[in-house]
Amino acid sequence: MRVIILGATSAIAVCTARLYAKEGASLLLVGRDENRLSQMAADLKVRGAERVEIAVHDLAAETDVGAHLSGFITQLGGVDHVLIAYGILGDQHAAERDLVAAAEILKVNFNSAAAWSLATASVLERQGRGSLVVIGSVAGDRGRRANFIYGAAKAGLETLVEGIAHRFADKGPRAVLIKPGPTITPMTEGMNRKGLLWATPEKIAAITHARAYRGGSIAYAPGFWRYIMLIIRTLPGVIFNRMDI
Amino acid sequence: MTDFAREEDFRSWGNVVQAAHAVARPFWRDQLTATVSTGRQQGLALLATGLRRSYGDSVLNPAGGMIDMTGLDRIIAFDPDRRLLRAEAGLPLHTLLDLLVRRGFFPPVTPGTRYVTLGGAVANDVHGKNHHVNGTFGRWVRLLGLLRSNGEELQLSPTEHPDLFAATIGGLGLTGLITWVELELTPIDSASMDVENIPFDGVDGFFALARESEGNFDYTVSWIDCLAAGPSLGRGIFSRANHSESGSPLPDRGNTRFSMPLDAPQFAMNRHTINAFNAAYFRNGKRKSGPARVGIHPFFYPLDSIGRWNRLYGKKGMYQYQSVVPPSVQYDATKEMLAAISASGQGSFLAVLKTFGDELSPGLLSFPMEGTTLALDFPNRGEETLRLMARLDEIVLAAGGRLYPAKDGRMPARLFQAGYPAWQAFSKHVDSGFSSLFWQRVSQM
Repeated sequence: MRVIILGATSAIAVCTARLYAKEGASLLLVGRDENRLSQMAADLKVRGAERVEIAVHDLAAETDVGAHLSGFITQLGGVDHVLIAYGILGDQHAAERDLVAAAEILKVNFNSAAAWSLATASVLERQGRGSLVVIGSVAGDRGRRANFIYGAAKAGLETLVEGIAHRFADKGPRAVLIKPGPTITPMTEGMNRKGLLWATPEKIAAITHARAYRGGSIAYAPGFWRYIMLIIRTLPGVIFNRMDI
Repeated sequence: MTDFAREEDFRSWGNVVQAAHAVARPFWRDQLTATVSTGRQQGLALLATGLRRSYGDSVLNPAGGMIDMTGLDRIIAFDPDRRLLRAEAGLPLHTLLDLLVRRGFFPPVTPGTRYVTLGGAVANDVHGKNHHVNGTFGRWVRLLGLLRSNGEELQLSPTEHPDLFAATIGGLGLTGLITWVELELTPIDSASMDVENIPFDGVDGFFALARESEGNFDYTVSWIDCLAAGPSLGRGIFSRANHSESGSPLPDRGNTRFSMPLDAPQFAMNRHTINAFNAAYFRNGKRKSGPARVGIHPFFYPLDSIGRWNRLYGKKGMYQYQSVVPPSVQYDATKEMLAAISASGQGSFLAVLKTFGDELSPGLLSFPMEGTTLALDFPNRGEETLRLMARLDEIVLAAGGRLYPAKDGRMPARLFQAGYPAWQAFSKHVDSGFSSLFWQRVSQM
């Protein structure tokens, strides 16, 4: 198993990488911070990974995505799974006024992730097998005042990955969008994270890892979010808009 | 990550103290300096926390800032030839077991839970059932990283900054932030244990078995029925074991079967239920006595099979009481303590008795010393429970013994200071930017 993880230092990616390491996979970790990637690589080797490579790259920069991806694949000696796990929550409040900040949230979470997804899709289609796994969010299911710019980017990503899954339908590869609910990671630091709706990154990683093998284009994580979001999506606007959620 | 956020209900394992804490959760080693300096700028006295299996207030610090180290759980280096493992301080023992046992290694010392971080194991200089062979955890620490509140990063070992090293081993996290630990591992031949369980009828029986077993068994421990009175006083099951030479190479799964979803009602733990449990446990132990081959988890970590078992003690929580008394008085003092507990009717079902060997503990505040240790837990019934423990304090004090800070939430300062004569030497090494509720309590003159 050869796995490329884009945004490897995110908490969900770290936990997913450990599951791959445990089964003896070879990994390529891509991110901006060389020091952290190296620390992660050392850990994954002891946890069982056959080989761990790192590549320092700013994934939000959308230049030569295809060329960089081929470089990563050459470095790893082929690819079976690609996990796209980076993202920023951003400051919703500030971004409503500062359009540059808003564009940054959209660019990192949607434009760049879409470019990597499309580049990966072409590679997987050519080789006729493999999985593209992208971390989305339940925030993409309905715009809420707390995070709708981030949510809009994740909604766009969902449509894109869903489309790639459709494109793959009668071919070998898989494309999956994982939609975590609120997760206890550095991204949500400072929020009130008590309660049953908060999941650990280990839990999300287990679903991500399983879906990479099994497919199924949209996976809520944990699964119960499917039903919660069904209710939230079907609430009439007159009711939804009065709710403070 | 490097900021401190208020958490309303931050507790230790005993659940007696429920207080709000400011908590930071760093994730990478490069964030630690910023975390410490943020805390200092906000005037918070700091304390590291791991999986919070300490029972009392040694891991609480409501007026200050907690640094939750569980996000720092990476292995830094593993050298199987030299049997050395270096890892970040938040790495839990259960992860380590998962990685090491299949490769033929074992932690040199393990406490009765696998949910302890390396940093916590160092800060409490934990001991295990093999104390008479391997001594405490700290004896196997070859190097460690310590970040002081002034931003200084030190590497400590028995030869580099030896005084600060001795203060940090068992130093309850008060000498600075332990960032990583290098540990020497023990080789094992298999993932199985050859165990022998032997019922005994009283304290005399226990000491006879302990003497007889220590030469041939790496691990010894016993459970005692502390509610049994009269001639049955101190009856129990003695358990002794070695790593098997020819058992299974792969560890048993040891998954937690069941987790307490919420606090048990307060009446669940009363003298009748505990008495009935103890009597049944003794009968069952007697029936199943003799040699057996078992996995690592049931032998070392029986309680970890119930997730959040501390909730069995209900909303008011529980106290642990673990003492050690020196060999010259161990027999009489142990009997006296058991008689006092039995007379009070406030038994615990987790009473554990074990002899410590004469290996010197490396820390200034290490708990283990040669003698006999008795560990008990009591449901918190307020005054009544505190009175019983005060009675036990007098026995320990008269015997020249001491209590285990990791288990304690109430020992009087005079008992701490009498039991740990090096405490004043230790206090010179305490980092002025670190503190705990425990330390504020026991360091009062």
